[in-house]
Amino acid sequence: MSQIQFGVFFQGVNFSTVWSAPESGSQTEFESFRRLIQTAERGLFSAFFLGEGLRLREHLGHLHDLDVAGRPDALTQLAALAAVTSRIGLVATQNATYNDPVDLAHRLQSLDLLSGGRAAWNLVTTDNAWTGANFRRGGYLDHDDRYTHAADVLAIARRVWDAVPDGSIAGDRSAPEWGAVPEGFRYDTKYYEVEARASLPRSPQGHPVIFQAGDSPAGRDFGAANAEVIFSAHGTLDAARAFAADMRERTIAAGRPADDLKIFPGQEFIVADTQAEVRDKVRWVREHQVSPQTALAFVEQLWGTDLSDHDPDGPLPTFDPVQAETGETRGAGFRAAKALETAEAWRALSAEKGYSIRELVIDIGTRRGFEGTADSIADELVPFAREHLVDGFNITPWLVPTGLDDIVDKLVPALQERGIYRTDYPGDTLRENLGLRAPLTRREPTSDEAPAAAEPAHV
Amino acid sequence: MSSSARFGILLDLDGAGAHPAAWRVSRAEPAELLSARWIADATRDAERAGFTGVTFEDHPLPVETPTAVTARIDATLRASFTAPLTSAIGLVPVVQALYNEPFHVATQLASLDTASDGRAGAILGRDGDARIAARYGRTPLAPDQTAEELADVVEAIRRVWDTWEDDAVIRDARTGRYFDRAKVHYADFEGHRFSIKGPAILPRSPQGQLPLFAIDSSDGGGVAAPDADVLLVELEVALDRAGRTGAERVAELDAHIPWASTGRRRYVGDAAGLLALLTELAATTQGVRILPAVLDADLDEIGRAVLPELRRAGVFESPQVGATLRETLGLAPAENRYATAASTPAASTPAAQTTTTAPTQEATR
Repeated sequence: MSQIQFGVFFQGVNFSTVWSAPESGSQTEFESFRRLIQTAERGLFSAFFLGEGLRLREHLGHLHDLDVAGRPDALTQLAALAAVTSRIGLVATQNATYNDPVDLAHRLQSLDLLSGGRAAWNLVTTDNAWTGANFRRGGYLDHDDRYTHAADVLAIARRVWDAVPDGSIAGDRSAPEWGAVPEGFRYDTKYYEVEARASLPRSPQGHPVIFQAGDSPAGRDFGAANAEVIFSAHGTLDAARAFAADMRERTIAAGRPADDLKIFPGQEFIVADTQAEVRDKVRWVREHQVSPQTALAFVEQLWGTDLSDHDPDGPLPTFDPVQAETGETRGAGFRAAKALETAEAWRALSAEKGYSIRELVIDIGTRRGFEGTADSIADELVPFAREHLVDGFNITPWLVPTGLDDIVDKLVPALQERGIYRTDYPGDTLRENLGLRAPLTRREPTSDEAPAAAEPAHV
Repeated sequence: MSSSARFGILLDLDGAGAHPAAWRVSRAEPAELLSARWIADATRDAERAGFTGVTFEDHPLPVETPTAVTARIDATLRASFTAPLTSAIGLVPVVQALYNEPFHVATQLASLDTASDGRAGAILGRDGDARIAARYGRTPLAPDQTAEELADVVEAIRRVWDTWEDDAVIRDARTGRYFDRAKVHYADFEGHRFSIKGPAILPRSPQGQLPLFAIDSSDGGGVAAPDADVLLVELEVALDRAGRTGAERVAELDAHIPWASTGRRRYVGDAAGLLALLTELAATTQGVRILPAVLDADLDEIGRAVLPELRRAGVFESPQVGATLRETLGLAPAENRYATAASTPAASTPAAQTTTTAPTQEATR
């Protein structure tokens, strides 16, 4: 039986974070982050995960003001958090399109050194010019090129991380030199060329760990070839089984052992002491996540028009959506949904269940995570470990900063009793704690591990 | 330039010290100079000694001299790492500003300011070297374009820092609004070579506007003097210590590799002489950035024999726990250029309540 690990995703956007309750803390102050990450480390979590959004979300032409918003720079924040933690991994979501590759690689390596080998990069891509409006390059990337471009950026990062040989810093104060000045390298991408000399040595874990979340076929292939952890959306038993089989097949096809890739679905957990308390807590969470205004905005996003004259406790609009496909500014959840088709499905579901708009959004718009007592959830997780369908779950707390307390204090011990959760950190680096091998470009070639798979063809 | 009321003494924490052979006599083993512990210890020692702030030197190109320390961890991340470990001292990274993304720079520095409860500042590097452009994959600037670009970057960053008014996050459950979008503004900056739509991706930081430091030398970096909050004089220092003169200590290191002139002022001698020099500088300048020949030794000596005397003489005040860097430096609270009359009820200062949109930071002072 394998074990279940946990990560925590401090989301900072979307309506899954309850901001209107008395116990809702600051989304910005350092103390919130410190409290959450130290709770996670007390619970032996593998990783603390920060998202990144490079432009504030908009809704119907205005800033979207109903959800938590405002996030610190992930790497800057994680560097501060490195100082108040010692074992947990620090995962920075960083965009491969709107960061400069050498600079980004240098900053990731800097975090890796400051944290003693606990850094990771959740590599995301975007091509939209809307985000590019905050950057020098603007919207330069073709949609079809986003993964080949990301592979270029990753290849440049690995050149930076591999520039300085291990052991090249002076062993003592009388050595002839402190360290060598490394050779430079040049790399041409389709969109620009860079020339740089990198100077930092590798951290104890070699390279930052690569996380990836793309779920399209191209995204899955990119992950199978390059990533070490997949942050997936497939958290139910059946979905996890299908996803694990698919990703392991792709990983082997990319010339890597299947267990080179760890799978961490994002999930929400609601834990209470009795089943009656669970029901009350779930209702409380959903009603706080989906305010009347949020319910309307959710439907407006699909309809593409202002619905403020509609009652959130009433039925869906009788007219059809004014757009054929949804836009991109709300993120991946709605990206290019076929509006009319989806509207029909929502109407059918509402008719069947007798839903108001708000009830509909609570049903379809909120996460279906694990809800139960510590023991019932622990029992639910056993098959995930027995069949090794996941390596862990990336938990999105619905409350900041106390949202992990029940999980760490109640669920973790229940999992430990069942032998499917660690009782101490196995190592000091993130790579060790995730059970990962050396970075792809740092392995001795063997017959069953072809390092060529790690290098994009045009390096 | 605004004049800061209080003389600042900042200490640079680069590597083992400013002398290229400093690592040979440093308390740290050579490889430890890139460790979290060394950075944490040096910053805490500087705070204990009472310095106004620490600076974190940085440059996108490696140091060319293999006999010196050739590598640096990113300065903003070093500064951020020390934020939770300190509570009074200012944290001032050097940030290259001409070729990287101004939006990222603004976000990173605002994040540092938030994580440090308002103790962040910055020195904006203005090196236009074509090799730096190549590192970022950009077109090199002509020498006569760098000042214009730096001015654009400073204006863009300062606008982004103001895009959220201080009271923009309202958490109004009745209307379902987390923030008041009337108090979050687009920067809409159009520069000569880039534009930024905005708003910032995080709320306004505790100081709002981080103090920007300029360096009083032709090639030392830092924003052009008219845009800076504080003009720093750089001073390299090697003090007498443990029965040996500063000159003897430097000579020993020079035997490995000479401490070539950098164009900065340099003081080599006893504590009394440095005390006199700093007293004189306090009367004529806004602040000094001390680059210690050997970080641990000279930090210790300045903290022991110089700063207490300056405090006693009333020439210098060490920062208080909980004070922002602006407060420590005697800078007025930074008004928000986007603050509107509509925001008055909860605005923090009377001045901010009456200010309408102002084109530049200068105009609001």
